[in-house]
Amino acid sequence: MTYFGLAETAISAALDAGARYADARVMHRRYESMNARNGEVEELASDESAGLGVRALVGSSWGFFAVPTLSEAGARQAGTRAAEIAKASARVPGPALDLIPTQVNTASWQSDCVIDPIGVALSEKGDLLTHASKLILEHGATLAEAQYQIWDTTKWFASSEGHRIDQHIRETGAGITATSIGNGESQRRSYPAARGQYGTRGWELVHDLDLLAHAPRVAEESRALLTAPLCPSGETTLILGGEQMCLQIHESVGHAIELDRILGWEAAFAGTSWLDLNQLGSLKYGSELMNIIIDPAIPGALGSFGFDDEGTPAQRRYAVQNGIWKGVLAGRDSAARAGLDYGGSVRSDGWARLPMVRMTNVGLEPGPHTLEEIIASTDDGVFMENNRSWSIDDKRLNFQFGCEIGYEVKNGKLGRMVRNPTYTGIGPKFWSSMDMLSSEIINWGTPNCGKGQPSQTGHTGHPAAPARFQNVRVGVRS
Amino acid sequence: MNADQVLQAMAKALPGADVEVRVEYRDSALTRFANSFIHQNVAEQTTTLGVRANHAGRTVSVTTTTVDLESLAERTKAALAVAPLDPAWPGLTAPSPLVAESVVDDATANATPDERASIVRDFVEAAKGLETAGYCRSAHWTGSYRSTAGQSLDAAATDAAFDGIARLNGADAVARRASARLSDVDGTAMGERVAASVRSLADPVELEPGRYEVVLMPEATADILHALAMYSFNGRFFADGRSFAEPGATQFDSSISIVDDPFFAGRPYDPEGTPRTRLTLVDKGVTKAIAHDRRTAAQAGVASTGHSLGEEGVFGPMPLNPAFLPGTGSVDDMVANVERGLLVTDFWYTRVLDPKTLVITGLTRNGVWLIENGKVVRAVRNLRFTQGYAQALAPGQVLAVGSEVVPQPNRRDLVNSAPVALRLASWNFTGGASG
Repeated sequence: MTYFGLAETAISAALDAGARYADARVMHRRYESMNARNGEVEELASDESAGLGVRALVGSSWGFFAVPTLSEAGARQAGTRAAEIAKASARVPGPALDLIPTQVNTASWQSDCVIDPIGVALSEKGDLLTHASKLILEHGATLAEAQYQIWDTTKWFASSEGHRIDQHIRETGAGITATSIGNGESQRRSYPAARGQYGTRGWELVHDLDLLAHAPRVAEESRALLTAPLCPSGETTLILGGEQMCLQIHESVGHAIELDRILGWEAAFAGTSWLDLNQLGSLKYGSELMNIIIDPAIPGALGSFGFDDEGTPAQRRYAVQNGIWKGVLAGRDSAARAGLDYGGSVRSDGWARLPMVRMTNVGLEPGPHTLEEIIASTDDGVFMENNRSWSIDDKRLNFQFGCEIGYEVKNGKLGRMVRNPTYTGIGPKFWSSMDMLSSEIINWGTPNCGKGQPSQTGHTGHPAAPARFQNVRVGVRS
Repeated sequence: MNADQVLQAMAKALPGADVEVRVEYRDSALTRFANSFIHQNVAEQTTTLGVRANHAGRTVSVTTTTVDLESLAERTKAALAVAPLDPAWPGLTAPSPLVAESVVDDATANATPDERASIVRDFVEAAKGLETAGYCRSAHWTGSYRSTAGQSLDAAATDAAFDGIARLNGADAVARRASARLSDVDGTAMGERVAASVRSLADPVELEPGRYEVVLMPEATADILHALAMYSFNGRFFADGRSFAEPGATQFDSSISIVDDPFFAGRPYDPEGTPRTRLTLVDKGVTKAIAHDRRTAAQAGVASTGHSLGEEGVFGPMPLNPAFLPGTGSVDDMVANVERGLLVTDFWYTRVLDPKTLVITGLTRNGVWLIENGKVVRAVRNLRFTQGYAQALAPGQVLAVGSEVVPQPNRRDLVNSAPVALRLASWNFTGGASG
């Protein structure tokens, strides 16, 4: 039986058991990762996972069941069990639930890939990581790490409405980290980010990173940080590098515009949102420089796909336009509940997990400046780059970020390096203070976005560029 | 899938190699509710086969949910042929029996969607119209480990968890419970408790940031246990010099003792086939042990403590079931002895700023109250803190240790903690709700 055939069997079983709608996803994924520490590869990990997940809607209640058995009997059992679980959900029922209509698609899609990442020889990959980590050690760091991860996923989606969509998505990423320890603390520098840089691309992404060229610098900076002065404390002008802007967007915009949070569906675990749907289209989120797009169709970005896991095709829309809140990340059921007419942001991290509202690519449109111009026009402030820690409240308002490295900015020039740079703020006040934005957009990839119970790890993309903010509290310490 | 057959097949395909095989079966279900109705209700059955092999100085780990042994053997052989050298390979675990069995509760292993929904319904009804949200989980794990070194282990465990909040006028109150038995989860009792708690959070005031004496409820101190487990008792962080822990040194108040206890609701052996024990990490303020897998243990010149995380081992071995040993104080007694301070229920979104000093930032959640002259006087809006956790538990800083252990669930099955309430001399709040 084909994979579409298995999905259709599961859907039929769910409908036979009383579902009024069902969809099913057969997924096959190969995962490969390698980590090198201090010049040696530790372990090479390789994982292959395949299975079937079925979602059934009975009345207004959902059920989901997943099995690793790709057989007709297994598919039928999964469909039946999903409907049974949906019936149990009705013991604590909610309001009537609908799905917004969607175009029924029969399609195939695959991400761009120049060099098949799993096909690259392991010895070549190992040599790169060991060489990079050796270079970091040679340049004085206490601990040198280099790593890559590859996901090669094929999925076949079908629904009781007639969707038949298969997608092949290859995701690749890599990075290096130098840690120096001394004076009772540890200091870290990474390239291009602590988690690395990721995209829906092949091994060419790793070539483009040129890890070896940056290894000496990160090692030397991690050592220099040990004796650098502490980041000054107080209110000042803050310039953020592009990688830190990626996480600023992710945490204080991306999660805040998730419609399931706004509706309270994530209240206990992930939290809610400060956004009120009554203000959609009118609320001031930030300054006029703030234009945030939701765009799962950006070639090579980590949050890209052809269709989301409900079969809705990738669509671009504004989340924030000229500082005004315009859009949300939604699914077919949450959109119906909110009275909206679009979904397109429902994703699952594997065959065993329920699809839910997730970020795709959420990020900035370019501004009119360059980082050089931003620094040159700043008399007094702090520049921070590369995320080290992140924390934000359950409404996605009150945040505190730590960065790996900071520099004083004096009279239009970068000054002394400062260690343990942190800043804190309240989302809309912070974004409203953004008065300069660079045009130097990079599509950053975040491969570790946690959400959902059972926990799911999302892969999200964030177009981001350096920006300047006024009157920000920096240098928060214990 | 039979672990013996898998080992035989792999050993035949890889003659002379060190090979270990793990076969794990999970049957896990989670019923999730929000806005006082069940909105997500899921179940999964997974079988995972893991193989780790070392041959000619090279090591690979392969996991799969498929059952094609021939293909698995070919993949492993192909990977071994080109894998980089691994001079630090620590070898396989020598044959050794389990120290103890984990709890297997048949009723939890066979729990139905209707039973989980009933617990949710009890919680929602006990909250009497307040908005509620949370989840109820049941899980059953069985595992087998075999190796060419002769180690052979079979085990099973069950896990039950509940986490629920009630909401009123922007405030939340929480109840959580972890156990090996779903019958320990009393939806009605927890619903009544959170309803009473959230009603006491009316009209909160915003306090000036600064240092306050605190009484931390077990929901909050669970976060301290997990941070210590991840960054301080982690064998890799210890080996790298990124942990503050120094075995033999008095690093905590003498009232603090911490153990890692896998037998409450955890796995009795780790993915390297090392039987787990009840490991004392801190005894009366003295750091006693670090959690090790075979690699970090070899580096430290000690034996593995059975804390490998398997294919997720890059982060390092850590305690998965940490517990404070209870003291003698009640929360009421702790509050009665505070002249001015805060009663804090829970922490939210905590992140480490520096693992070496274990400085953490995060926020309070699910209930904060001002204590004056030994009495809870009013609710307080949530605060951000930036606090060294080790510093907060240092000698002289712990004023009382609670007697009631309230087991707390984790995001993952069979990972949990057993915290108690703590009264601490000082906690550094660095911001109010408005920034």
